[in-house]
Amino acid sequence: MSKKVSGQQKATLGKVLRYIRRYWFYLGLSVVLAAVTVALTLYLPILIGQAVDKIAGAGQVDFRGILVILQKMAVMIVLTAAAQWIMNACNNKITYNVIRDIRREAFEKIERLPLKYIDAHSYGEIVSRVIADVDQFADGLLMGFTQFFTGIVTIFGTLLFMLAISVKITAAVVIITPVSLFVASFIAQRTFSMFKLQSETRGEQTAFIEEMVGNQKVVQAFSHEDEALEQFDEINGRLQKYSLRAIFFSSITNPATRFVNSLVYATVGVVGAFSAIAGGISVGQLSSLLSYANQYTKPFNEISGVITELQNALACAARVFELMEEEAEAMDVPGAQILKEADGRVELEHVCFSYAPGVKLIEDFHLAVKPGQRVAIVGPTGCGKTTLINLLMRFYDVNSGEIRVSGIPMRELTRKSLRSNYGMVLQETWLRSGTIRDNITMGKEDATDEEVVAAAKASHAHSFIKRLPDGYDTVIAEDGGNLSQGQKQLLCIARVMLCLPPMLILDEATSSIDTRTEMRIQKAFARMMEGRTSFIVAHRLSTIQEADVILVMKDGSVIEQGNHEELLAKNGFYADLYQSQFVQA
Amino acid sequence: MKKLLVFLKDYKKESVLGPLFKLLEASFELIVPLVMAAIIDTGVAAADGGYIMKMCLVLVLLAVIGLTCSITAQYFAAKAAVGFAAGLRHALFAHIEKLSFSEMDTVGTSTLITRMTSDVNQVQNGVNLVLRLFLRSPFIVFGAMIMAFTIDVKAALIFVVTIPLLSVIVFGIMFLSIPLYKKVQNALDKVLGITRENLTGSRVIRAFNKEADEIAHFHESNETLTRVQLYVGKISALMNPLTYVIVNGAIVVLVWTGAVRVENGYITQGEVVALVNYMSQILVELVKLANLIININKSLACGNRIARIFELEPSIVDARGQGEDGKTGKGAEPDRIRTADTAAAVEFSHVGLIYAGAGEESLTDIHFSAARGETIGVIGGTGSGKSSVVNLIPRFYDATSGVVKVDGRDVKEWPLKALREKTGVVPQKAVLFKGTIRENMRWGNPDASDDAIMEALKTAQAEEFVRAKEGGLDYGIEQGGRNLSGGQRQRLTIARALVKKPEILILDDSASALDFATDAKLRMAIRSMTDPAGGKMTVFIVSQRASSIRHADQIIVLDDGRVVGIGTHDALMETCDVYREIYDSQFKKEQ
Repeated sequence: MSKKVSGQQKATLGKVLRYIRRYWFYLGLSVVLAAVTVALTLYLPILIGQAVDKIAGAGQVDFRGILVILQKMAVMIVLTAAAQWIMNACNNKITYNVIRDIRREAFEKIERLPLKYIDAHSYGEIVSRVIADVDQFADGLLMGFTQFFTGIVTIFGTLLFMLAISVKITAAVVIITPVSLFVASFIAQRTFSMFKLQSETRGEQTAFIEEMVGNQKVVQAFSHEDEALEQFDEINGRLQKYSLRAIFFSSITNPATRFVNSLVYATVGVVGAFSAIAGGISVGQLSSLLSYANQYTKPFNEISGVITELQNALACAARVFELMEEEAEAMDVPGAQILKEADGRVELEHVCFSYAPGVKLIEDFHLAVKPGQRVAIVGPTGCGKTTLINLLMRFYDVNSGEIRVSGIPMRELTRKSLRSNYGMVLQETWLRSGTIRDNITMGKEDATDEEVVAAAKASHAHSFIKRLPDGYDTVIAEDGGNLSQGQKQLLCIARVMLCLPPMLILDEATSSIDTRTEMRIQKAFARMMEGRTSFIVAHRLSTIQEADVILVMKDGSVIEQGNHEELLAKNGFYADLYQSQFVQA
Repeated sequence: MKKLLVFLKDYKKESVLGPLFKLLEASFELIVPLVMAAIIDTGVAAADGGYIMKMCLVLVLLAVIGLTCSITAQYFAAKAAVGFAAGLRHALFAHIEKLSFSEMDTVGTSTLITRMTSDVNQVQNGVNLVLRLFLRSPFIVFGAMIMAFTIDVKAALIFVVTIPLLSVIVFGIMFLSIPLYKKVQNALDKVLGITRENLTGSRVIRAFNKEADEIAHFHESNETLTRVQLYVGKISALMNPLTYVIVNGAIVVLVWTGAVRVENGYITQGEVVALVNYMSQILVELVKLANLIININKSLACGNRIARIFELEPSIVDARGQGEDGKTGKGAEPDRIRTADTAAAVEFSHVGLIYAGAGEESLTDIHFSAARGETIGVIGGTGSGKSSVVNLIPRFYDATSGVVKVDGRDVKEWPLKALREKTGVVPQKAVLFKGTIRENMRWGNPDASDDAIMEALKTAQAEEFVRAKEGGLDYGIEQGGRNLSGGQRQRLTIARALVKKPEILILDDSASALDFATDAKLRMAIRSMTDPAGGKMTVFIVSQRASSIRHADQIIVLDDGRVVGIGTHDALMETCDVYREIYDSQFKKEQ
């Protein structure tokens, strides 16, 4: 088990190193400066020792000698401080740049993840990987640089200096060293899994918080606060338990290694004292050795502390990398064509698709749409209407069969060009934080003010936008802020009205808009749809009866197809559906 | 931040014992240089091997005691810190749940989530560190000074000068960096916001091929964050070099002074070594203290942000005196009792509503009354205030003028819980929660039997598809109900409200994703439902579909926050232009 864990850690560490490598210059500088700092720091006790030796006793003090040594010390102290400062600056630079790179790549990954992944994971969990985990990782990395690295240099440096003074004492110190290392690694291995457990439980809690706080309205409407709190407490209790374990066990490292250090110190004291009696070393040298014993062991102390921090950091990094290594949306096939301006033909042949293996949804689906046709898709909820849109936009790939656009199989087109040929308005409105204008010009950034206003007018959004405090420059908060669902939808429509691609997808595009406004928008829609192949999903039959083809879907397949009159004449499922809106309720 | 400390109150013992054991450990550590000085001055000088061995045993003994104290301290500190964080999270969650919509609208969900997660973690770290180190480090610093005094007063004066100088630097840097950490956090919040937004909007972003732009946008914020982080880093990087210079400078002076004192026979060579050791100890501890202070800075900033959330008062609370007044208070008021059977179920008298931060009224002079058992249709254009009207009934928002009464009693006088138990709300956005269908249904009534749930599902036209799901009621719903279609979600949210068997049912445009046939069947089933007391439910249907409300007992037509017509379908067709226009827009074709 522990081997497996450390293998995983190693792999993560390797990936981290790849990011650090980009800043090799700073890394190199930091390494050199660390060596300089350590060497100077270590030389200081020798000077102090020499000075102490010149203070043998009353009336035997060599003031002139001491003065020379003290001057030397003063110069070195200043140099050390300068080196230390620059080194710190380098370390900061590396750390913050590395995590910037990681954050950035993680974000880029998010943009390329298949929707399948995004749909299947809670947003909170993904966000926590990109933000909280990366942040935690930064803390660990910085500590790693500032303490881990200089620590190691200090250990070796000290050993060298000690050797220069006394081989015997150094040997005694070296013998005790493995104990310290053993203790540290023993604890570190055990805490890694505890940190992981803590981190997972945290993720679970974040998801829960997001769900409950994000839907506070429902929680309050059902007076569900107490139950939610109870559930929260259950997770919270577990988190508390795991955190206590992780924190406590990792914090044992420090005292344990300090204990070993004390043993080293005592050993140096005793062996040194006997050597001093035997005349092997002077009292000043003993004092240097003692301060080395402290300096030598201090890094162990720190390193083990840092190691636990690094464990935690690596666990976090592992979670980020896990996200970054998720399979991205399949790349466009080599030599994929760029669909310039679709002619409007869309053909589906033998299309099969399901979200989960074993759960059949769309099977052997056929459809041929001629340029400029309006295709309406109706059917009971859950019949696969939205799924069809997912396939047309290539948010999901078909399991088998083929979809052709302008006669070209969709797989052979670049996603980008395919999607830019569609204008899409979804039931679920989404606005980005920014101004109203930013949102409308999403599909056409270079649009002039006149064009923006024209699009807003066409979608009947202009009048409410005008009433906002800053008009088109009103900044809307995350997720649309104070706009109503309908207003958001109008903005989404304006967005498409502005860029007008050759094909349209309207998935319940007007579901939140009142019918009076909708009727006016319909006119604009009608103009917009002229000559454009359009796919319309709607519940209001009034919106779709003018379609050229109406697909009536049920359970993933088309059960009826035709225009309004034909379908009514058939007196089948569509007719039922249509009549039902006049049923007395 | 101070206010947050109450969460340590259950861990008083741990919070005291933790630092105490740390201090014990530190005291033993302070003795070590003296023992060493004794070895040098007595053992080495007299070449007394036995004495040296004895002193060595003393050192080992000190180490063992130190280890024991330290582990004990770590345990208590960890326990207190983790317990503190758990208590804090609990209280914070409970507090956030009480916040009303106005506050939620202003603060924003993502901020609240950050407060509950990463901020609390940071505070937990801070508490843990403080308990472990905050007392220990100053203790060793001053302890070392006192020990120096016991050796030689004159040499000890150097300590007296050094320590304040160090403190100025350490605290100066601390005060410089506190405001900067706030900046870092703000930048981080921004990055978080963009990340979230890109997850919720992944479809739209891809449809518009905006990935590259979003990356550029993210990059910009990311760079800002990095810049601020680097700046703060630069300042805190000053700490170590500066303290190093001062302490070692002090050692230089100390050696010189020591030399003078030894020359005159006041102290011994071993004591000079001890003095130097104490000075080094001070440096070690100050470095720790410095790191600690940086962490405490961060924690304090996070703690203050959390405290600000606690300062948010829910604007909608039970009226004052509720529960104290014997008659209307607790116990005396069984939840579902009716105050006066003759009173209208819901009554609005000249109600106006201004949302927090908005300048204009969103609702103006709304005046109507709904008798028990009636079905009330509310129709109107986008933004006409339909949802605002029904949101006032369960008191999601408070009317800014006029009075809303339920069962003849001002909603502000109802105990909030009782009021919300009377009303079943199906919100516009069909929200379901992670868990089984059964668990979701029991939101309405924790004790609902499977039969009762199935009955509600049947009424909500959801029975069929629920039965078809693997496991039926045990079918697991994913977060946000992502594994269900919009229509399925809506029907489940309706069923959830029905499980509650409310006296007043509010359907806030909650059938928009349903086809007409299902919608009609749903309304029919709901009309035939009765409340537990055997009476008919009062039903509010907010809709944009004329067909959905056509047969309501009263239809309220809203336009721009005002009532422009009230009456039955037939009456309104005669008198209300807006209504006629809405109706025609949906039915004209067939006439």
